[in-house]
Amino acid sequence: MDAKELIARRIAKELKDGQVVNLGIGLPTKVANYIPDDVEIFLQSENGFIGIGPVPPEGEFDKDLINAGNQHVTVKPGACFFDSAFSFGIIRGGHVDATVLGTLEVDQEGNVANYIIPGKLIAGMGGAMDLCTGAKKVIIATTHTDKHGRPKVLKKCRLPLTARGEANLIVTDLAFMERTEEGLVLRETAPGVTVEEVLSKTEAELIVPDDVKEMDF
Amino acid sequence: MNKVKTINEAIAKIKDGDSVMVAGFMNVGTPELLVDAVVAAGLKDLTIICNDAGTPGKGAGKIVDAGIIKKFITNHIGLNPVCGKQMSAGELEVTLIPQGTMAERIRAGGAGLGGFLTPTGVGTIVEEGKQVINIEGKDYLLELPLKADVALIKAHRADRSGNLIFRKSAQNFNPLMATACEYVIVEAEHIEDVGCLDPDAIMLPGIFIDAIIQG
Repeated sequence: MDAKELIARRIAKELKDGQVVNLGIGLPTKVANYIPDDVEIFLQSENGFIGIGPVPPEGEFDKDLINAGNQHVTVKPGACFFDSAFSFGIIRGGHVDATVLGTLEVDQEGNVANYIIPGKLIAGMGGAMDLCTGAKKVIIATTHTDKHGRPKVLKKCRLPLTARGEANLIVTDLAFMERTEEGLVLRETAPGVTVEEVLSKTEAELIVPDDVKEMDF
Repeated sequence: MNKVKTINEAIAKIKDGDSVMVAGFMNVGTPELLVDAVVAAGLKDLTIICNDAGTPGKGAGKIVDAGIIKKFITNHIGLNPVCGKQMSAGELEVTLIPQGTMAERIRAGGAGLGGFLTPTGVGTIVEEGKQVINIEGKDYLLELPLKADVALIKAHRADRSGNLIFRKSAQNFNPLMATACEYVIVEAEHIEDVGCLDPDAIMLPGIFIDAIIQG
C-alpha cells in the first residue's frame, strides 16, 4: 500500500453513516474510494451540489458537471444542485460534518496553511478557508514530511494561514494525530512505524500516551 | 417583452474601465461566446470579478490571456499560469478572497444588504483592514457587498423575457451575479417563448436580465 492509499484508507474509517462530507482536491478525493459499502456518505461539492458519484467512463462526461477539483464526475441518485451562496451557507452553517483537506503545513495549535507560498506558488484559497472554519471536523490528509524530507507537522505554521486553530485530526503516512485541549496527541502509528520514528520526523511537540495503537484499516 | 439581441447589440453598452462579473466555476457555467465578444471588442482596463482565472484559452482565462484586466477579484488562479505570471510581473492586480465570502458578498450586493459577518478568514491575511466584531464570544469579519457594472452569465434555458433555468453544476455564481449588476447579459443554450417555462421550475426571475443572446 502506498503512502496516499494508506492515508485515504485510514481517513475513510473516520467517516460515519449519514454524514455530509467535503473532500478537498488531490489526495482527499481518494478517500471516497475506500468508504465501506454499508456506510452512506453525502459528498458535498462546494461548486454547488450534494451527491458526488464516480468519475464517468472516458468520453461520457457531462459538460455541466464537475467537482470542485475540476474533474468530470457523475451524481448519485438523490443528488441535488444549488448556487454558490447556498453551497457556502451549507458549509459555514455547520451542516458539513467533516472536511478532508491536504496541506502545505499544519501545526500543534491546529493552524492550517495550504493556499500560498509567497513568491513561489499563488493558487488562491478557493473554498478552503470557509471549509476549515465551517465544517464540524477538519481532517488534514498529508504526507508526514515534504519532498525534501522536512516535517510538515510543525510547532507553528510559517506560511500564511488558511485558518487558525481549526484542524482536528492529522492523518499522515506515519501517524494519526488528534488535537485536544492539552495539545496534539499521537493516537496511532502506521504499520511498521515506531513512535520514535514519528517523533524524529515531527517538529510539533507530540503528547505520547502509553497506549499508542497501530493503524487498523 | 423580448430581450433577445445579437451579441454585438448586447455588449455595446460595456465600456473601458467597467467592472464585469463573469460567472462560472473552472469554465463550467461560463458564457464563452460573451467572453469571446468582450475580448474581440478591444475593451480595456476592466475590473473582472470571477470565481477563478479559468484555464489558458478557456473561460475567464481568455480575458486574462488578452491582458485587458486592470484588477482581478477572484479566489483561485492555480489552474492558469498566465495569471500568476501577470501578477508576479506587476501587470495585474489580483485580490484573493475566500470563495464563500465572494459568493455572499455578491448575494449581499444584489439583496440590498450593507454587508454581513463571517467567521471565515479570522486570524488570516483576509482579516487585514477589516472590522472584527465579536458576537456572543465569537469573532467575525465585517464583509461588504460586491456589485459591478455588468454581469456576463450563462443559462441552460431562457424565455424571451429572461426567466432562467440553470443546469447541474453550471449554476454556481450565475444567479447571484445577475442580481448584483446594473446590466446583465445571459447567454442561453435554449431560448423559448414566454410561457414555455414552468413557473415552479424557473430558478431566476427575468426581471434581473437586460439582454439575452443565443448560446
